Amino acid sequence: MGVRLCYFAWVREQTGIDQEQIDLPDSVKTVADLIAWLKSRGPEFEMAFERADVIRAAVDQTHVPHETQIRGASEIAFFPPVTGG
Amino acid sequence: MIRVQREDFDIGAEIERLMEGRRDLGAVVSFTGSVRDRAGGREISEMTLEHYPGMTERELERIEGEARERWPLQDCLIIHRYGTLVPGDKIVLVITASPHRRAAFEAAEFLMDYLKTSAPFWKQEAGPDGTHWVESRTSDDEALERWRKPGKAAE
Repeated sequence: MGVRLCYFAWVREQTGIDQEQIDLPDSVKTVADLIAWLKSRGPEFEMAFERADVIRAAVDQTHVPHETQIRGASEIAFFPPVTGG
Repeated sequence: MIRVQREDFDIGAEIERLMEGRRDLGAVVSFTGSVRDRAGGREISEMTLEHYPGMTERELERIEGEARERWPLQDCLIIHRYGTLVPGDKIVLVITASPHRRAAFEAAEFLMDYLKTSAPFWKQEAGPDGTHWVESRTSDDEALERWRKPGKAAE
């Protein structure tokens, strides 16, 4: 099933794209799986997700930890810790 | 109420609008955040705020809802800007109204502390040394801790 991936701030700069629609392999079950899979896509993604522990994720616009299951999600976003206010 | 906008806002006009026709408000507190011309020893000429349209609104609404549950707020407004700003420009406005001052003060602080660690905004500063993304501060995470401690909300 297709899912939209969104990237923000320096994650966006390093991947070189702000969003994409993509079909994920069945083996990708959690946010952490997805990060590992994304890193295998090429040097830009490997660099963007190098410090995976500092990257935050949102599934369908809600903050989630990396062990979260992504089955059924329609939008998954990756970004650095937020710095608003 | 929450607003996410590129345009500037008028602090006085926002407070007046919130108070207009109300005879029950006892305390109105406002906080304004603005762009500084220096940070961490660096000179800043411009600051660009990126955000996650859709999630930003959801997070701000969630935070507002939580403040309303914890304190007897009669009204509440959060305005947060995005786009490119210069030193002196306003970034964020929080207004809280309650029958007594303590709840209004506490709720305003709570809203800012929560907003800083959960609303999906990212600041990029530009200056003579180039551009760089602002890093999140541990002190912002620590500021959240005190709201987690058991305690009673002000009446």
